[in-house]
Amino acid sequence: MAETTPTLPEFWKAYEASFRQGLPKKVSEANFVVLDTETTGFDLKNDRILSIGALRIKNGTIKAKEAFEVFLDQTTFDAKTVEIHGILKKGKVARIPELEGLQILLRLLENAVLVAHHVRFDVGMVNQALKRQGLPKLMNPELDTSVLFNKSLPRLKRKQEGHYSLDELSEYFDIPKTDRHTALGDAYITAIAFLHILESLQPVSLEKLLKKDRFWEFWKFL
Amino acid sequence: MKNTISFRIADFLKRYPPFSNLSVVQLEALSEEVSISYKEKDSLVFEIDESAHDQFYVVHKGAVALWDTGENVILDICDEGDIFGLRPLMAHENYRLRARTQEETILYAIPIAKFRPYIKENRRVADFLVESFASNTRNPYDKSNRGQLLGNADQFNPRNESRLLDLQPVEFSKGIVSVAPETSIKAIAQQMTSKGIGAMLIEQRGIPIGIITDKDLRNKIATGDHSISAKAKDIMSSPVITYPTKLTITQAQMAMMKSNISHLVLTEDGTVNTKAIGILSKHDLMLSLGNNPAVLVKAIKRSRSVEDIKPLRNGVMNLLRGYLDQNIPMALTSKIISELNDSCIKQVVKLAMEKMPSKPPVKFAWLAMGSQGRSEQLLHTDQDNALLFEDVAEDDFEATQRYFLELAKYITNGLNFIGYEFCPADMMASNPKWCNSLSGYQKMTSKWIMNPGPDEVLLSSIFFDYNRAHGDKELVSKLSRHIFDTVKKYPIFLSHLASSSLMNPSPSGFFRQFLVEQDGEHKDFFDLKQRALMPLVDAARVLILHHNVPDISNTWERYEKLAELEPNNKETFLACSYASKALLRFRTKQGLQNNDSGRYINLELLSKEEKMKLKRTFKTIKEIQELLNIRFMVSRVR
Repeated sequence: MAETTPTLPEFWKAYEASFRQGLPKKVSEANFVVLDTETTGFDLKNDRILSIGALRIKNGTIKAKEAFEVFLDQTTFDAKTVEIHGILKKGKVARIPELEGLQILLRLLENAVLVAHHVRFDVGMVNQALKRQGLPKLMNPELDTSVLFNKSLPRLKRKQEGHYSLDELSEYFDIPKTDRHTALGDAYITAIAFLHILESLQPVSLEKLLKKDRFWEFWKFL
Repeated sequence: MKNTISFRIADFLKRYPPFSNLSVVQLEALSEEVSISYKEKDSLVFEIDESAHDQFYVVHKGAVALWDTGENVILDICDEGDIFGLRPLMAHENYRLRARTQEETILYAIPIAKFRPYIKENRRVADFLVESFASNTRNPYDKSNRGQLLGNADQFNPRNESRLLDLQPVEFSKGIVSVAPETSIKAIAQQMTSKGIGAMLIEQRGIPIGIITDKDLRNKIATGDHSISAKAKDIMSSPVITYPTKLTITQAQMAMMKSNISHLVLTEDGTVNTKAIGILSKHDLMLSLGNNPAVLVKAIKRSRSVEDIKPLRNGVMNLLRGYLDQNIPMALTSKIISELNDSCIKQVVKLAMEKMPSKPPVKFAWLAMGSQGRSEQLLHTDQDNALLFEDVAEDDFEATQRYFLELAKYITNGLNFIGYEFCPADMMASNPKWCNSLSGYQKMTSKWIMNPGPDEVLLSSIFFDYNRAHGDKELVSKLSRHIFDTVKKYPIFLSHLASSSLMNPSPSGFFRQFLVEQDGEHKDFFDLKQRALMPLVDAARVLILHHNVPDISNTWERYEKLAELEPNNKETFLACSYASKALLRFRTKQGLQNNDSGRYINLELLSKEEKMKLKRTFKTIKEIQELLNIRFMVSRVR
């Protein structure tokens, strides 16, 4: 865990403070925040986050009000290496500075369990952005719906490499692909898929659920 | 910040009433307040007597069953777009039903505090709610009746048939003639004479303020009490007695008696402060009373020729339309209509017998087959019938059959005259094949049961639903006993019957889409009869034969009996009973609307609501087909 230094802003301190409260035992009492980021590409170092979508699940319920999607203003960053401009020109939506976007995310996130499809990538992008702002890494436990989905299938039906696209999940669970490839649209599909997966996994506790995701185990030993 | 989730919610809700009546802005604002809840199969949403939540629910995906735990029966199953748990919130009471998910379900929970303002603001939303609540109170048994806002179901006693009259709507004159209060009596009298009306409405600024009837002209003008140069306002009866348009016959009778008047003015909201919609006279009322089933039966029995019966059949159709409009329970509607149809057939048989030169040589029975036999024929469709006569000496057979064929000819012609089309497949008693002795039928049915090829199975499926319309009871039971005994000896027949009933796959595909006809005249239409009604009818027949239960030919009554016989499948069978009633109502309504048999349905013309209701029955069809498949090991005979 990163040392709290006086230079860190208030919102980060609040985020850190939320971790003083441990994780609940029951899955039904846990806060899950489902995250999706739309980026300029897949390179953690050179690509940038264009939008962040996130929503909270508690006891199987998503409140529309708690969901958010923000578009980040990345024009001040390296326009040469990253083809941001072309993408940016298309949208007319209001954009906010990266720091502001991170702040909104952290406010919703607190000490929740972070859920995403290929969670390592989204967390990696967010961590890079945090680093640019001089902030430490995210501290939340993570769950990857791609991994969990594979675990939820009968052994014989699992894919060898265990990789599933979000499209495959949305088809499997018959989730309409409205707003696919928008951050919040994808976060919503991920959230509904996650709830279906929970139903088939039937974890007895939050701890057991977190253990299902090998990336989480891996993270613990970092 | 934008919220694609609330857009997604709005996008879904806007397809269903009452949300479809909200403006885009209203809907988007409401959607932001919605919570999306994922529920596992068999999870409880609310329990009986639980205090009402601060939100009501819309099913986004999946299905929720509403249970009456006292009776331990499912009263309704809500699926996509259905609302539940709203009524207790409006009535400020606890839940009266249990809501439990039937499968994995996603619910939208809408906070009542955010929704209430729209009920006040938006009249169409309010109307929808009122109507839904009202239709809930009508009948907890008939699925298609129940609106989607069930949170409570009042009792309707289907045994109490005398209430029917109360429920019949009145027909009234809608073309209103009105004049201003300053109009002269002479002008009014002239108008009344030229238009042939017995009452004139006096209106001021579009609001009814008085009425002048023939009686007023006699009592107030002809007596000399008022001069002929008087104005409308001098002699009109004022204020007028007003009622809402949704008035039943009994209410109208009471109203006229109470105020000793001969005309009621029907206004938009039933008060004197709104526009007049129509005038109901005592004469209109008498006409409506003519649509009373008891009166019709009497008239049918009194008729001396088929020409007399024909107009009475129109009366039956009007009655049917009225019952459907009023959402009177389907079981009751079809019982009354079938009873009337039966009376017509009986009378046709009676009249035909009078035409014969001699009395019948032996006892006989007239059998209605197919849908008529099942008492499920509400619209005029084809006639399927058979004549069964007592066994006679071999030498006398020909003469006896000839006599009955002649009788049958009179009868089928008579039926055709009153509106039953001839059967295109010639399954009619005028065909020697269907005009036979008891042993003749016994031999024929034995052959079907022992060697069930496709034709035999088809014939059985039509013939085995026979119902005695007229004639000797004992003769018919003998035939039934024979059929049941033979089926018992040759159980493989049931597998064949089951197999043939499964030839029509349940109508919903994996994503619950409709299967429509791929080609032919009805391309892209949905064949309601073949795809939805017949699978249910066929399954009921196989199962009831399997249980050896004679004398029930009606499909939903069969399912009710089956529910009794197999308590572990009670839920499925009751669902089938609901579904067959709902589908028949649907078909009948469609048929009345389009003036056809109601068999083929143009899906594009259905409202979302109708589609959902239709789809709801498909799941039941699938369930019963699976049950048949397992029970009769259909795959073996296929």
